[in-house]
Amino acid sequence: MTGGAPAGWQRLHPLSPVVRGGRATIAIGFLLIPIALGSDTLSNATPQIVVVSVLALGGFVSWLVTRWRIEDDGLRIETGLLRRQSLRFPLAQVQAIDVVRPGLARMFRVAELRLRMAGSSGATARLAYVAEREVEPLRDRLLALARGARRDEAVSLAATEGEPANAEEQVLATVATGPLVASVVLENGWLIAILAGLLAGFAVSPGTVGRVLGGGGFVWAISMVTFLWRRFNQQYRLTVAEGPDGLHLRGGLVALTAEVIRPGRVQAVRLVEPMLWRPLGWCRLEVDVAGRQRSKGEGEAQRGQLRALLPVGSRALAIELVDRLMPDRPRELSPPPRRVLWKSPLRYRALSWGRSETCVATTSGRLRRATCWVPLEKAQSLRHVQGPVQRRLRLATVHVDTAGRAVHATLRDRDVGEAAAALADLTDLARAARRRSAFA
Amino acid sequence: MEVAVPAVLVVVALAVAGSVSGSGVAFALAGVAVLVAALLWRFVGRRYGSWGYAEREDDLLVRRGVMFARLSVVPYGRMQFIDVTAGPLERAFGLATVRLHTAAAATDARIPGLERDEAARLRDRLAELGEAQAAGL
Repeated sequence: MTGGAPAGWQRLHPLSPVVRGGRATIAIGFLLIPIALGSDTLSNATPQIVVVSVLALGGFVSWLVTRWRIEDDGLRIETGLLRRQSLRFPLAQVQAIDVVRPGLARMFRVAELRLRMAGSSGATARLAYVAEREVEPLRDRLLALARGARRDEAVSLAATEGEPANAEEQVLATVATGPLVASVVLENGWLIAILAGLLAGFAVSPGTVGRVLGGGGFVWAISMVTFLWRRFNQQYRLTVAEGPDGLHLRGGLVALTAEVIRPGRVQAVRLVEPMLWRPLGWCRLEVDVAGRQRSKGEGEAQRGQLRALLPVGSRALAIELVDRLMPDRPRELSPPPRRVLWKSPLRYRALSWGRSETCVATTSGRLRRATCWVPLEKAQSLRHVQGPVQRRLRLATVHVDTAGRAVHATLRDRDVGEAAAALADLTDLARAARRRSAFA
Repeated sequence: MEVAVPAVLVVVALAVAGSVSGSGVAFALAGVAVLVAALLWRFVGRRYGSWGYAEREDDLLVRRGVMFARLSVVPYGRMQFIDVTAGPLERAFGLATVRLHTAAAATDARIPGLERDEAARLRDRLAELGEAQAAGL
């Protein structure tokens, strides 16, 4: 892209600092409008000009000192002027690769590439930003290299470059806009009600509501609106497709994202049916991949959130997707003993679990029903826990822990004998599944 | 142990205070403290009894807890790292705690109160087994 860099090193797109500034850039634009219009005298505008030029210089320097290159089996990013950082991301550990395009980036025709890595630190390699036309080939190349690195084959760069991109891709599902809006509203019903109430109150007596908003409520309201907006924005026209290199997810209203989840990287699948969706027969299908957080720029509200494969859809469609992800999913789930009614009277009817040779399934949640599937080869550890109430009722809970962010299979409130048997049984099955995947 | 040592200290302090001042109140308090300590002793004893671990062929079993009895099964191949910690009190008694970490945050395998040599042996043994059986994510 730029000359002068030593072998293989590349720079980011020159407009990166502008795009990365995001809202700040827009604010600066507004700051400069009066000057551009000439309504302000130059001496009045001096502070603004100083601020803008300092920011611009900072952005330029940060662009100048950042470079990246693809090495044999990793991606190296060097950045920082005073504190020089050299980061190396081994491609064998890549969990998923996302292409993210915020609104401003789309205007300038650039995109961000995010490599999500495994490991508890949950580091994410970010290339922000790369020219739009280069981003797809780059992603395909990284994916091909990652595949090669995983098979421990020496893949030369030349050999993978010719590989066809997105050779065959089969679209599995697309989310319609109407149901998406309805689903977001229904799931966050109380939130929307409060916001609407605030708006209505503002129309009636601005003074009272103004005081409420002044006392911290304003920050809350803004954050909630942002939360709803993000959710909508991220899931707008989300399309799931199956490609040779994994599941492809594409969608977004203002910020476009494209994401590839590599096969075998899915730690758990969860099907959620919020109470208000159930009359409509809707559900949401989410997948959990390893790594605890997705990126620095993400808010707390999003950290615990999973990637939705199907933000909203019919149960039949979701089950079809589950069958693709977990071909050998358990068909029959067994309910807990009747005496669980004493401990969890509400939850009792929602609890059940089942297993096949390779997969555990559990259900829970009376109001927000959730069904989890965990492939046994992904089980990190198993736990058998018994609390004081459970001891009285001769019950116990077995947990199957995964490296995912939120989904764990929990065999809640089973008979003591059954729990002990399940623990031994699942330990053996998980060992067998691990062996199979190691020798495959 | 983290309960027993302060309890003993309180009893001794109260008994000394009682004998020095000669007032009945301090002795009464000391009596109550002895009772509490006896109860605690039982409690601590049960808690101590609940701790245990077993090295099996493919995985490590760790057991602990009285009220909430926990039994964890951690396959050697899933261990990411092992750390050995010893607080000031543990150091004074030549003890250490071994903790296993997997890629799952929920994994809660902690073996407290090991002799320091045993802790070191366990750490090395687990590291060795983990390396031999390491599996990807």
